[in-house]
Amino acid sequence: MTDAIDQGATPPAGSALRLHRELSEIWRTGPGLQRLAAVNHSILGIRFMVTALAFFAIGGVLGMLTRVQLATPMSAFMDVGTYNQVFTMHGSIMLFLFAIPMLEGIAVYLTPKILGTRDFAFPRLTAYGYWCYLFGGTILTVSLLAGVAPDGGWFMYTPLSSNVYTPGINADVWLLGVTFVEISALTLAVEIAVSTLTMRAPGMSLDRMPVFGWYMLVTAFMMILAFPPLILGSILLESERAFGFAFFDPTRGGDPLLWQHLFWLFGHPDVYIIFLPMAGLLSTMIPVLAGVPLAGYRAIIVAIIGLAFMSFGIWVHHMFTVGIPHLALAFFSAGSAIVAVPTAVQLFAWLATLAQGRPRWNVPMLYVFGFFSTFVIGGLTGVMLAIVPFDWQAHDTYFVVAHFHYVIAGAVAFPLIAGLYYWLPLLTGRVAVYRLSVPAFWLIYIGFNLTFFLMHLVGLLGMPRRINTYPDFESWTFLNMLSSVGGFIMTIGFALVVVDLIAQIRYGRRIRRDPWHAATLEWAMPIPPAPYAFASLPHIEARADRINVGTLAPQLARGEGYLGATRNGWQETLGVHMTSGAPEQLIVLPRPTYLPLWTAIATAAAVLTMLAKLYPLTLAMAAVTAGLFVFAALNAGLDRDHGLLPVGRGVSVPVHTECAHPPAWWALVFTLIADGTLFTSLVFGLLFLWVAAPNWPPVAVPDTGLALSLVCILALAAAAFFARRALVRLVGRQAPRLFIALAALALLVAIGVAVVLIGGIVPRPSDHALGATAAALLTFLALHAGIGLLFLLVATLRLASGRAGPTRTIDLRLARLWIDYTAITGALAVGLVLALPALVALLGMRP
Amino acid sequence: MATLAGCAGPRSTLDPAGPAASTIATLWWVLLVGAALLFLLVMVLFVIVMMRPGWARKVSPARWIVLGGLVLPAIVLTPLVVYALMTGERLLPRSADNPLRIEAEAEQWHWNFTYPSAGGVKTEGVLHLPAGRPIDVVVTSLDVIHAFWIPRLAGKIDAIPGHANVLRIEADQPGTYEGLCNEFCGKGHSGMRFDVIVHPAAAYDAALVAPDLAGRIAR
Repeated sequence: MTDAIDQGATPPAGSALRLHRELSEIWRTGPGLQRLAAVNHSILGIRFMVTALAFFAIGGVLGMLTRVQLATPMSAFMDVGTYNQVFTMHGSIMLFLFAIPMLEGIAVYLTPKILGTRDFAFPRLTAYGYWCYLFGGTILTVSLLAGVAPDGGWFMYTPLSSNVYTPGINADVWLLGVTFVEISALTLAVEIAVSTLTMRAPGMSLDRMPVFGWYMLVTAFMMILAFPPLILGSILLESERAFGFAFFDPTRGGDPLLWQHLFWLFGHPDVYIIFLPMAGLLSTMIPVLAGVPLAGYRAIIVAIIGLAFMSFGIWVHHMFTVGIPHLALAFFSAGSAIVAVPTAVQLFAWLATLAQGRPRWNVPMLYVFGFFSTFVIGGLTGVMLAIVPFDWQAHDTYFVVAHFHYVIAGAVAFPLIAGLYYWLPLLTGRVAVYRLSVPAFWLIYIGFNLTFFLMHLVGLLGMPRRINTYPDFESWTFLNMLSSVGGFIMTIGFALVVVDLIAQIRYGRRIRRDPWHAATLEWAMPIPPAPYAFASLPHIEARADRINVGTLAPQLARGEGYLGATRNGWQETLGVHMTSGAPEQLIVLPRPTYLPLWTAIATAAAVLTMLAKLYPLTLAMAAVTAGLFVFAALNAGLDRDHGLLPVGRGVSVPVHTECAHPPAWWALVFTLIADGTLFTSLVFGLLFLWVAAPNWPPVAVPDTGLALSLVCILALAAAAFFARRALVRLVGRQAPRLFIALAALALLVAIGVAVVLIGGIVPRPSDHALGATAAALLTFLALHAGIGLLFLLVATLRLASGRAGPTRTIDLRLARLWIDYTAITGALAVGLVLALPALVALLGMRP
Repeated sequence: MATLAGCAGPRSTLDPAGPAASTIATLWWVLLVGAALLFLLVMVLFVIVMMRPGWARKVSPARWIVLGGLVLPAIVLTPLVVYALMTGERLLPRSADNPLRIEAEAEQWHWNFTYPSAGGVKTEGVLHLPAGRPIDVVVTSLDVIHAFWIPRLAGKIDAIPGHANVLRIEADQPGTYEGLCNEFCGKGHSGMRFDVIVHPAAAYDAALVAPDLAGRIAR
């Protein structure tokens, strides 16, 4: 860290304070209402976590209400309608508004710090994601107060959730509210993936990345692949409810099982999406608490990547009782059992780490113990439920409730609280008082096990899930009462933890540096962290979980690393090569702005008008949202070339705007992976209905015009060609306008033809699932072509304003990539629609 | 095993009254013993590494991970998966057993049963079975998804509109059992139950056509 940096030689003594002042001025978020414009990852990370904890409290109260209701047989505490809303919202809030956002908050707050960079790649997107989450969560919570909350279970099985059996607004609140929150989750997932891969401390190759980074990377990719099926399912179900499209209605060629497949294609990986970040916290804390490096770093990475793959292949174990042939079930059963292997690898790596070190018994360690015992029980009951015949008895009983509370309540709550105690000194600059911590732990631990362990037994005694009342069977009554008592003990424990944490924040002893003798980068900064996180970025030459924090922190504060000086008032950080970690680009991040808030308000307005069935207004609000995204793009980046700029330690790199593959490029690539998953799910849906749904073949057979279809495919190909030509001309310093216009024209033609084709679909989308899926495929095409137009619009406006040019070509590159993708999926979509008559003809062979 | 204190009850899967439920209950006790041993193993290891770090340090990290993460699951899971598959196969509805066929139809929030063997007699809320004879219940639904479950006789199967699923059940002894809906189906879900009356096999056919058949729907 002694190399001279580019501007001035070694910084003079006292430079740390001056650098701190300069950087703070550049990175600060304004006071008062200007806080609404915050885009800083530390602020947003804390907002995510605090909001998630608030929703945890709401979800917890709902859980307690169910325990009051079930404490005694034939209880009259809540009527059945209320109870159904309460248990549906308990599950939905805990999973969508607590667990996922909490892991996002942890990712946003900790990942940049552990990876040694100053912020995430897309601060405005983080802010937008936060507001979407807050507004979506608020819509769901307000519906509860208004008595119109979702009441069909968090799994929303059709046909119960269709407008025939749930005519009210309740199911729409779930579909729209949860989808709204999922948009936020997807934006965050893309952001985590891009940031982890391209924004680390220079020299931090992937094999030097702390294991936490790996956990977050794998989690982010799982989210990118897991959320699209549910988003698709929600869109299809909402269009069935709102517009009468037939996707899941068995009387019209739909199939309720399609919903279950789409739901669990998301739902099962979701369990690991929630668990992996918690395991990441454990893998980071346990070595520090044991005083040795993590054992089995590589084994853990292989294990979690394997876990991620497997988790997508075992969703059917939620559907062992729907009537799938036993041999097919056996495959998913074996897969579900084998998932125990990567989990066991992690568990024994942690045990090995503890065995190699001298573990300290402190409060985080107490919670690690709590985690071990609950997680092992949850894992073992998981293997039991993977055994098909046992599941036939235990499925949808309280045994399952017990199992998944051990897995996703115990295995989340205990590591999470361990993490809170471990990292709170970083957030607040104070160490814990600890007077209440130990009794609080034992209350939670005893309460948790009392509540949920007994549920295994009451489940085996035949108590089904989701019943609001039960007859006075002696065994059930006694166990339920004890479970409820346990629930209240646990709640008192959680309340004590809150009091304890507040006491720490208010009265804890002030500290200046790492209280744990940790060895990761998040401690090599002023505590609590400044908005710029690192005054200068470290150079990493070994595994970045073996940092000597004590010597590195002052060096970085004095500006002796990369970017140890300010320039042009820019919020600077470094972009690195994905695998090697060599510095490649200077990333200039956007300043605080209200734009994410306004965009999220417009999105919320679109959701609310949709709920109110004011569809023209929904279209208008969606247009406003799209317009705000275009507006946001107009001012991004820089308005002139800067060439190579020195970034310290003798290295010079271009600004990200002048690179071929800035973070925005990768963001679009990952977004298209998510989008491709959605498209694949749609194709899967069509083929699934064709193979398995009742009431096929339809009365009418589609007869799509071949000529028109070919025009559509040709128009898409032409758009891709013209976009490509436009980029070539721009790079060759020729005017690309004509080709941009031609590409736009071709897209317009494709949209027009798609609309005509949708209008002519037989059978009508409201008559049969065949027509509905064909319409969905063509709508997918038209929508993507429309977004392609927006990309071209942004490129044109930015070329005109000088923000894009021959050396700053990212806008046209993004447009080209998007249109290429649209052309490929569009051709597939049209091809499938054309093939439908042949598919229907094949149905004669269906057994 | 089934008579263990606390395991009895009208809906207890641990108090089986038919071969399928009995097989699964045995499977459960095997699973329980295995799980308890594994849980104890991990917790003892945890206590050892916390309390006796010197002792545990003799085992290298690689050995910990290979033994605990690969060998242990392989030893436990392989026979378990095979055992489960064989057990599952035995519980399937095979036509070779010459089963009796009964149709179960779920509708919010009650069950109707049709007996083709008795000329299409229908009952509501009461299922009549002969003792000691395998029965295939063909389960479907007229509206939303329900699930057909008689905990003391066998596992459950979903009643899905547009699909007909077959579940093999059998009762050992005459008597009365509890049946219920096991998939959330709306406001009446908690009360969507039925009685199962098991008749002596010899008296079954006569019982079905008797005028005072419990639950009979007049045609």
